[in-house]
Amino acid sequence: MTTSTLSRAVAIALAATLLSAPALAAELTGTLKKIKESGSITLGHRDASIPFSYFGDNPSQPVGYSHDLQLKVVEAIKQQLNLPELKVRYNMVTSQTRIPLVQNGTVDLECGSTTNNIERQRQVDFSVGIFEVGTRLLAKKTAGVNDFADLKGKNVVTTAGTTSERLLKIMNAKQKMGMNIISAKDHGESFLMLESGRALAFMMDDALLYGEMAKAKNPDDWSVVGEPQSFEIYGCMMRKGDPAFKQVVDGAITATFNSGEVNAIYDKWFMQAIPPKNLNLNFPMSDELKKLIATPTDKSAEQI
Amino acid sequence: MNYNWDWGIFFKSTGIGSEIYLDWFVTGLGWTIAIALVGWVIALLLGSLLGVMRTVPNRWIAGIATTYVEIFRNVPLLVQLFLWYFLVPDLLPEPLEMWFKQDLNPATSAYLSVVVCLGLFTAARVCEQVRTGIQALPQGQTAAAYAMGFRLPQIYSNVLLPQAYRIIIPPLTSEFLNIFKNSSVASLIGLMELLAQTKQTAEFSANLFEAFTLATLIYFTLNMGLMLLMRMIEHRVAVPGLIAVGGK
Repeated sequence: MTTSTLSRAVAIALAATLLSAPALAAELTGTLKKIKESGSITLGHRDASIPFSYFGDNPSQPVGYSHDLQLKVVEAIKQQLNLPELKVRYNMVTSQTRIPLVQNGTVDLECGSTTNNIERQRQVDFSVGIFEVGTRLLAKKTAGVNDFADLKGKNVVTTAGTTSERLLKIMNAKQKMGMNIISAKDHGESFLMLESGRALAFMMDDALLYGEMAKAKNPDDWSVVGEPQSFEIYGCMMRKGDPAFKQVVDGAITATFNSGEVNAIYDKWFMQAIPPKNLNLNFPMSDELKKLIATPTDKSAEQI
Repeated sequence: MNYNWDWGIFFKSTGIGSEIYLDWFVTGLGWTIAIALVGWVIALLLGSLLGVMRTVPNRWIAGIATTYVEIFRNVPLLVQLFLWYFLVPDLLPEPLEMWFKQDLNPATSAYLSVVVCLGLFTAARVCEQVRTGIQALPQGQTAAAYAMGFRLPQIYSNVLLPQAYRIIIPPLTSEFLNIFKNSSVASLIGLMELLAQTKQTAEFSANLFEAFTLATLIYFTLNMGLMLLMRMIEHRVAVPGLIAVGGK
C-alpha cells in the first residue's frame, strides 16, 4: 500500500467514525458497544459438558446444544449491529472461572451447563432458560439402587461446586442418611469414581448423566434412576445490568424456540449419534423442557 | 468490574444444617494441618534415611537412594497423587482393594493416599537436603571419628547428623512450608481441605473473591507462623561457634 492510499484510507475511516459516532453513542452501550467497536465477540464455553458445550472431534472448536444456541445469538448480533464479518473468539471456562470471566469482560456470553440460581443472579444476568434438567442418580444396573433411599450409609459421588452437591449434603444432614459424599473435581472424575467402584451412585443433572453414560466402556451396564430432587434451568450468562445486550440474547433464543428450530437442535444432540464417539444419548425431551420452550423465562427454577 | 462484594458472606448460612461458611474454612484448615503434619513426619523420617544412604560408602545403597530421588523428584506431584489414588488401589489384592475403595470412608481413603503421596514426594527433597548437610561437613570429622574407634552408625548418629540437621534448618523450613501449600492437591481427589472448602464456598455463595481472599490470608498466616516457629527452633538448638545462625 502506498502512502497516498494509506492516508486516504485513514481519512475515510476517520470520516466514517466522525459521521457514525454520534448515532452509535446514542444507541449502543455496554457489551453491544464493545462488540461493535472491536468487531469481535468472545464466547465462553466448557470443555466436557456433554452434550451442551464440549470439544468433539476438533480440539479447538466447541460443539453442543448450548453452543448451537449461542451461535444463534451471534447471528442475531451480526444482524442487529450490521456486522456480517463479526469475529467469534472462544474462551474455555471452568465451573470456577465462568462467573469472574464474564464479570471482568473476558467473556461476553457464556452458554454451557450453568444453572440459573439466586446466588449467581447477584453476580451476573441470565438469559431466558435454554434447558431444564432434573437432578438424579447414575448407578450400575446390578447395584440395586433404585432411588435415593437406597443410598443410606453408602458412598455417593457428585461433582464439586454443583447444585447436586448442595442437595446431597442437605439431604444427608436432614434425613440423617449417613451417606459418605465424595466431591470429585469434574464430571469425568465423578464417573471414574463410580466406575472404579469407589461410589455406588453418581448424583448429577440427568442430561449430564446420560452424557457420562454414553462415554462408558459399556453404556448398557448403567442406568439413570431416582426421583428428581430438584429441577434446574440452565441459562446463558452475561454481565449484569446490560439490558440492551440481554434483549438481543433473549430475543435470539426465544425466536429459536418459537420457530421450532430448537427441536431440530435438540434432536441433533440428544436423539442422534454425537461426536466424539458417535454415541446416541437417547434422551427424549422432558415435559419440563417443553414447558420452558413454550413459555421462556429468565427466572431460576425455584423462583417459578 | 461488575462484582457484588459481600464480606459478611462468611457468617451466612450455607443452607446445610446450621453451618455457616466460616465453619467450612475451619474444617478445611483442620484437614490441611492433618495432611501436612503427618506427611511431614513421613518425609522427615524417610528423607533422613535416604539422605544417609546417599552418603554411605557403598555404591549399591547410595544408588538405591539416588534412584528414589530421581523418580520422586521428577514426576509432577499431581501425577503422583492420581497414581496413588486411582492406580495403586487397583494393584492391591481383591479383598484389600474392596476394603480400601468401599468399606473405608472416602475421606479416609483420600487422606491416606494424599499423606503417603506427599510424604514420599517431600522425602525425596528432604533427602537431598540431608545429603548436602552431611557433605557440607569437613571430611576430616569422619576420619577423626574412625580414628577414635567409632563405627559407621555411631559416626552418623553422634557426629554427622547432629551437625547436618542444624545446618539445613533453613532449607528444611522451606520444605515444611511447601508441604502445607502442596497439601492443596488433596482438593482434586475430593478431600475437603482448605482449598476444596474455598472452592465450595465460592461456588455455593457466588462470592469467589471473598472466599479466595480469606484462603490466601489463612495460608499466609499459617506459613508465617510456621516460619517463625522454625526460626525459634533454629536459635534454640544452635551450638555457639558451630555455624552462623539466622544471619547474625
